[in-house]
Amino acid sequence: MSAIQLEEVLIGAISGMLAGLRHVAVGASSPVPGAAALLARAKSGSLPRVSVLGSRDNNFFTDGGKELFDCAGQGRIDAFFLSGAQIDGRANINLVSIGDPDHPKARFPGSFGSGYLYYVVPRVILFRLEHTRRTLVDKVDFISAPGVSEPNVYRPGGPYKLITDRCLFDFDKARARFVLESVHPGHTVEEIAENTGFEYDVPATVPETPVPDPATLALIRGPVAEQIAEIYPAFAERVFGVAKAA
Amino acid sequence: MTDMLPSVEALAARIPDGAKVAVPPDYTPGANALWRAAIRKGVRNLHLVGVPVFGYQGDLLIGAGCVTTAETSAVTLGEHGLAPRFTAAVKAGTIRTMDATCPAVHAGLQAAERGAPFSVMRGLIGSDILARRSDWRVIDNPFGENDPVVAIPALQPDFAVFHARKADRNGNVWVGVRRECMLMAHAARDTLVTVEEIVDEDLIADETTAAGTIPSLYVTALAEAKQGAWPQAVPGYYGADNDHLAHYAELARTEEGFQRYLAEVMQGSGLGREAAE
Repeated sequence: MSAIQLEEVLIGAISGMLAGLRHVAVGASSPVPGAAALLARAKSGSLPRVSVLGSRDNNFFTDGGKELFDCAGQGRIDAFFLSGAQIDGRANINLVSIGDPDHPKARFPGSFGSGYLYYVVPRVILFRLEHTRRTLVDKVDFISAPGVSEPNVYRPGGPYKLITDRCLFDFDKARARFVLESVHPGHTVEEIAENTGFEYDVPATVPETPVPDPATLALIRGPVAEQIAEIYPAFAERVFGVAKAA
Repeated sequence: MTDMLPSVEALAARIPDGAKVAVPPDYTPGANALWRAAIRKGVRNLHLVGVPVFGYQGDLLIGAGCVTTAETSAVTLGEHGLAPRFTAAVKAGTIRTMDATCPAVHAGLQAAERGAPFSVMRGLIGSDILARRSDWRVIDNPFGENDPVVAIPALQPDFAVFHARKADRNGNVWVGVRRECMLMAHAARDTLVTVEEIVDEDLIADETTAAGTIPSLYVTALAEAKQGAWPQAVPGYYGADNDHLAHYAELARTEEGFQRYLAEVMQGSGLGREAAE
């Protein structure tokens, strides 16, 4: 079997966060989270239900673009994925701009559904494949959605973990602070400190992020790769060498 | 009665300068042939509403100088990356943005479709999206205690504009599961639609199609436009022209490149499929 790739480590780690859930939704431009959700389903044989935006085979909504959000608002979605051009130490995310929003130095697509889903989905997994001081900052320039809210604000949902190309953080809601949970193979605790622009807690021992076992790897490279190719053909081709079925 | 118009040009002529126009995201077919006609006509000062986001069609209109306001939750070319003309226009300060979050756009349209003054929603509190929307309000839930919620005023576009697969001769339009088009049509004052084909059967008579059909009541005018969503996909008819979209994303990175693209696509030269027009 060929060497385990970073994407496969991430897919395996994320899928572990989804075990036992009823319904996981995946938004735009999220091939690794999408594959992780499909892996969680493949492992259990049934749950979670997986809704992937832009998919034909894994999207059962029939009431238009609003249904995903209405469904989440009712508590029918257990996990979702968000990212940010910037993410700060209080788990605020910025999907809008750098600098003054009226005269930005950089402008990104926009907040999408984050200004709602971050509040109502219990396990929001933050996913960022560029772990640098440019992306993981002390304070975001624009809050698309805050990591925590005042006690009187309805907030059944929020950040659960932050996974990057270097490591995995847990989020301590009570303290509004990240805790280093594990470091991916080939990376170090010191390197994480050098490349993170916010303060976080480091336990006395930090384990290595587990890599998928052979059976899991076979699932990832087999049925999951095939299913994700329907939605993200370029990703499936690059990572797994799998082409989209006709 | 729905006006059955002979061409996308006749439809485009219905959209005046300054109109507030709702458009769908790129995974729902956009009326791109109509928009090319509107650009040719020189429409100006549009207020585009993304339901809840927009992509290629809006970026094209922004690049062509037709847009002054973008009210949307995001602008994206999906796997082809950032929407280059939107990004450039925001940085240059040539368009006004009204950043939203997806369900807030839906909430505003839902208030409009019911004729209600506003909808309320959770979320948003503590965000800069809310801080920058002076048209939205935080109010107390009148049925709760110390429970702030966000009031989103009714959002009534002047026009909903999209492409659909088929219409019948009475002006009923079948959108299937693309029901955001239904919401847009209910909410907007007028709805303009292009379709791949006009069929003889009555789409309302058969319950199988009726459930996914916008009644002609809401459809102001429509025209048949084969390949009308190109380069976007129309499920069941054609896929997205990804080579063309990649070509757009590349050229539109600069103003000069965009102007070259516009000339190509307008004249039907090069990659355009409208050479026969």
